[in-house]
Amino acid sequence: MDKKIIEVDQVVIKFAGDSGDGMQLTGTQFSNTSALIGDDVSTFPDYPAEIRAPQGTVGGVSGFQLNFGKKVNTPGDFPDVLVAMNPAALKANIGWVKDGATIIIDTDSFTDKNFAKAGCDTEKLKEIYNDYNVIEAPITSLTKESLKDTELDAKSKARSKNMFALGMVYCIFDRPLDHSVKFFEKKFAKKPEIAEANKKVLKDGFNYAVTIHAMPSFRVHSSTIEKGVYRNINGNTATSWGLLAAAEKANLPFFLGSYPITPASEILVEIEKRRDLGAKAFQAEDEIGGITTSIGAAFAGHLAATSTSGPGLALKSEALGLAVITELPLVVVNVQRGGPSTGLPTKTEQSDLFQALFGRNGESPVPVIAASTPSNCFNYAFEAAKIALEHMTPVLLLTDGFIANGTEPWKIPSMKDMPEINTQFIGKDEKEYLPYLRDKNMVRKWAVPGMKGFEHRIGGLEKMEITGNVSYIPENHEAMSIERDEKIKLIANNIPELKVEGNEDADVLVVGWGSTYGHLTTAVREMNEAGTKVAHAHFNYINPLPKNTAEVLSKYKEIIVFELNLGQFAKYLRMMHPTNHYEYYDKVQGLPLTVKEIKTKVNQILEQL
Amino acid sequence: MADTKYNFKDFKSDQEIRWCPGCGDIAILMSVQKAMAALDYDKEDYAVISGIGCSSRFPYYMNTYGFHGIHGRAGVLASGVKVANPKLSVWQITGDGDGLAIGGNHFIHEIRRNIDLNIILFNNQIYGLTKGQYSPTSLFGQVTKSSPYGTIEQPFHPGELVIGARGKFFARTIDNKVADTTEILIEADKHKGASVVEILQNCVIYNNGAHSAITSKETRDDNQIWLKHGEPMIFGKEKNKGLVLDGLNLKVVTIGENGVTKDDILVHDAHQELPYIHLALINMAVADGFPVAFGIIRSVEAPTYEILLEEQIKEVQSRSKIKNVDDLLHSGNTWNVD
Ligand SMILES: Cc1ncc(C[n+]2csc(CCOP(=O)(O)OP(=O)(O)O)c2C)c(N)n1
Ligand code: SF4
Ligand SMILES: [Mg+2]
Repeated sequence: MDKKIIEVDQVVIKFAGDSGDGMQLTGTQFSNTSALIGDDVSTFPDYPAEIRAPQGTVGGVSGFQLNFGKKVNTPGDFPDVLVAMNPAALKANIGWVKDGATIIIDTDSFTDKNFAKAGCDTEKLKEIYNDYNVIEAPITSLTKESLKDTELDAKSKARSKNMFALGMVYCIFDRPLDHSVKFFEKKFAKKPEIAEANKKVLKDGFNYAVTIHAMPSFRVHSSTIEKGVYRNINGNTATSWGLLAAAEKANLPFFLGSYPITPASEILVEIEKRRDLGAKAFQAEDEIGGITTSIGAAFAGHLAATSTSGPGLALKSEALGLAVITELPLVVVNVQRGGPSTGLPTKTEQSDLFQALFGRNGESPVPVIAASTPSNCFNYAFEAAKIALEHMTPVLLLTDGFIANGTEPWKIPSMKDMPEINTQFIGKDEKEYLPYLRDKNMVRKWAVPGMKGFEHRIGGLEKMEITGNVSYIPENHEAMSIERDEKIKLIANNIPELKVEGNEDADVLVVGWGSTYGHLTTAVREMNEAGTKVAHAHFNYINPLPKNTAEVLSKYKEIIVFELNLGQFAKYLRMMHPTNHYEYYDKVQGLPLTVKEIKTKVNQILEQL
Repeated sequence: MADTKYNFKDFKSDQEIRWCPGCGDIAILMSVQKAMAALDYDKEDYAVISGIGCSSRFPYYMNTYGFHGIHGRAGVLASGVKVANPKLSVWQITGDGDGLAIGGNHFIHEIRRNIDLNIILFNNQIYGLTKGQYSPTSLFGQVTKSSPYGTIEQPFHPGELVIGARGKFFARTIDNKVADTTEILIEADKHKGASVVEILQNCVIYNNGAHSAITSKETRDDNQIWLKHGEPMIFGKEKNKGLVLDGLNLKVVTIGENGVTKDDILVHDAHQELPYIHLALINMAVADGFPVAFGIIRSVEAPTYEILLEEQIKEVQSRSKIKNVDDLLHSGNTWNVD
C-alpha cells in the first residue's frame, strides 16, 4: 500500500495512559526532539490529582498534549493523533480528538477487564473504527518480545512500552531517534541495561511502524524562527529563573520562603537547587511562614519572594498586608489552579484575580501582573522583582497551571540585555534616615540591619508620615492610606502601554489577560487570515492598568473579555472603565480555552453587530 | 568586633513607653538593654523582632533595628532576618499568646531547625493586649474574661514544648530580677542556636500576682531553685534543701536529715544531650512540693540552620559549573538555530 502523505502546518498529538505509563516522559521526549529540529512546540501536561489513582480508571488517566510545527502558540485544541494506552485513556479523550483523527491503541490492554474498569462497553469501540483512523498495535506484547533476551524483570519490561509507542510516533512524523537515545544514555548512565532496553524498544517501535505502514505519514512545515540559542522551558522554571535574574541584575542576594503546593512546588524545588547561585530557599512549615520569612529577608536587604497557589495565597494575605504597610519589596508568585478551597489542584484556572487584587484587610493596594506564556514567565518574574525593588512594594505575579507546566522552545536571553534595576537603598553617607520620607514616585528609602546610623523600627501599626513612628492621628492615617495607594498608581508611568494585535481598525476587540494569550492570538490570527476583522488586546499589567487602557478600549464597538473564571477581569474593567460595554466569555472547567470556541463566540458577536 | 562600648541607655529609643505602670515588661526592657550593652556587637547589628501583644511593642522602645510584625509570626519574621543575614544578633520578642497559641507552629519549627535566635517568651499567662482572655499557659480552672467559669484547658509548659521540639537551650527567669535576667540573656545570645528564655512576667492589670506563689518575698527562697551548670541543686532559705534522684524521679531532700549530705545532691549538667533530667526540672511545680527551676536549664551545642545553609551554599558553589544566571540559562539541553 502506498503511504498517504498529509501536508500540514501544525499537528497536535496527545499521549494518554495510566498515570504509571510514563506519558509525561513520552510527551516530553517528543517535544524536545521536535524543538531540536526547529519546530515551534507548545505542550500541555494534564495529570490526575491522585499520584496513584486506581489503575485503568478514567480518573487515573494521565495525558500529555503537544502541538508542533509552524506559528504554534497553543498546545492545540484537539489532537490529530491520540495514543491511547488503555480503554480508560481512550474514553477520557475520545470526545476531544479531531474528526477523522488517527488513534493508536495498545490492543493488549483493550481487554474486557480493562473495558469494565474504564466503565465502557466494547460495542462503543466498534463505532470508533468507523469515525477514526484506528491503528491497532499489540504494544505490550511487542515490547515484551523486544526485550525477551534481556535480564530485566517482567515489571521493568512492561514499563518500557511507552517507548515502543514513542518509536511508532517518531516514525509517523519522521523524527530522528538520536535525541532520545542520548537522553537514555545520560539518564541511565549508571544502569546501562535499562538504557539499552529503552533504546531497543524505541527502535523496535519505530521499525514496527515502518513495517505495518498502514498509517498516514505527516509532513509538518517547520517554522522559520529567529537565529539564536534555544532551549525548552516551562513556566515554573522560567519564573524561578526570572527572579534569580532580577537578583543578579540588582546585585542582591535572593531569598525564597515557600511551602509546597501544586502546581507551584516546582518553583521552590528549582530555587532549592540554586545554592550554586547563592540563593537561599527556605521550606517553611506553612505558607504564612513562607511569606513571613521572606518579609524578614526583605527587611534584611534581600530580594525576597514567596511562591504558592490559590489556597496558599489565602493564607498569606495577612502577611501580604504587612508588606504593604511596611513598604518592603517582595514578590509573591501565585500559580493559579481550580478553586475554591482545594478545588481542582492539578487543573488550570484564572479565578484568583479578585483575591490578588482585593484579598486583604484594609486599604491594601498591591501591583498585580500576569505572565501569558511559559517562557515570558521569565520576563514577568523579572519585571515583578524590578517593580518591587524600584517602588518598594510587594508585587503579585499571577501565572497558572497551564503555563506553569506547559513548555515551549525559548530563545535564551542574555543577562546584559536585561533592563537595569535601581534599588532604593539609602546612601551610606546620608546624615539621617527618615524611613517614610517619599520621593516623587512616593517611594521610601530602604535601610537594612547592619547599616550604621540608620537604626529604625517598622511594623504593622500605622505610622507617621516621614518619621515612621507609630501614629493614631486620624488625618495621618488617611494621608498614609492615600500615599500608599498613589504610589501603586504611579507605577503606571513605568510600565509599557497596551498594544493591539490583529486588525486594529476592527469593530470587535478580543480582550484577555494572562495565560489565555496563546489561544486568543491564534484565534484572532486565523480569523484575520480568513478575512474576518477582529482585534486583540492582552493585559499583562492588571494593577495598575496601562495608561492607554481607556483610549484603546473606547475605540471598539464590542469588547469581548475571555477568561477562565466567572468574569472577574471583565468586572474589574467595568469598574475601572465603566463607559464601555463588555461582553463576557467565561469558562471554569479547569481547562484552557480552545481556539474553536473563541472563534465561535467572536462570530456570534459579529453577527449581532 | 565592636568599636564602641555601650551603656544600656544607648539602646533606649525616643519613644514614650506605653506599658501600664508596674508592668513586668518595663523591667525586661532594662535587662535586654543591659545585655545588649554588655555583648560584643555593634549597635546596627542588633535586630529586635516581635509579633503582636503588649510585649510585642518592645522593638519600638529599642534604639536598634526593629520590626513589629503580625500576631504569631515573630518566629518566622525573625527566622527570615537571621537566615538572610547570619551576622546579625536577632532577638525575637513574643508573648504566651503570640508564641504558643497563634504562633505555636512557628515556635516549634524554629526550635527544631535550631536557627540562632534569642527567643524571649514573655509569659504572663494571659492575653494582655486584648484585655484579659486566657492563654495557652493560663492555669487549669483560671477565671478570665473568656473563661468566666474557669478554663477547662490544660496549659502548656513552654520548656516542655522546647524539649519536645528537640530544643537545645532553655532558660527561665523572672521579670524583676534584672541582674539575673541580664546574665541569662547574655548567655542566651552567646549560645549558638535557638535559645528560648521564658520570663515569668507580671501583668498588673489582667493577671496580677499570677506568679506570686513563686515570687513573693515570703515564699521565694523555698519555691525557687536557681540552677548553675556544674553546681549542686541546692535551694531554700537555709540553703539546706536539695534535689536528688529517687529511681527515675526527682525528690526534694534536706541536707543533714536522714543522713543526706551535700555530696548526695544532684549536680546540674546543662550540657547533657539527653533531656530527661532537664524535662523533670522544667516540670517542677510548687503544687507538687517542688521549687520552680530558674536559670539556664539546658544548653547543648548543635549545628545551626543558617550556618549549615551557608556551608552548603559554599560546598555546592565549589563544584557547580553554574556561576551566574547566564550559565544557568544555558545549562541542560540547548540548541542553535542559524
Ligand atoms: C490575626 C490576629 N488575631 C488576633 C489578634 C488580637 N490579638 C492581639 S494581641 C493578642 C494576644 C496577646 O497575648 P500575648 O501574646 O500573650 O501578649 P501579651 O499582650 O500578653 O504581652 C491577640 C489575641 C491580632 N492582632 N491578630
Ligand atoms: S495590660 Fe498587662 S501586659 Fe499589657 S502593658 Fe498592661 S500590665 Fe503589661
Ligand atoms: Mg501574654
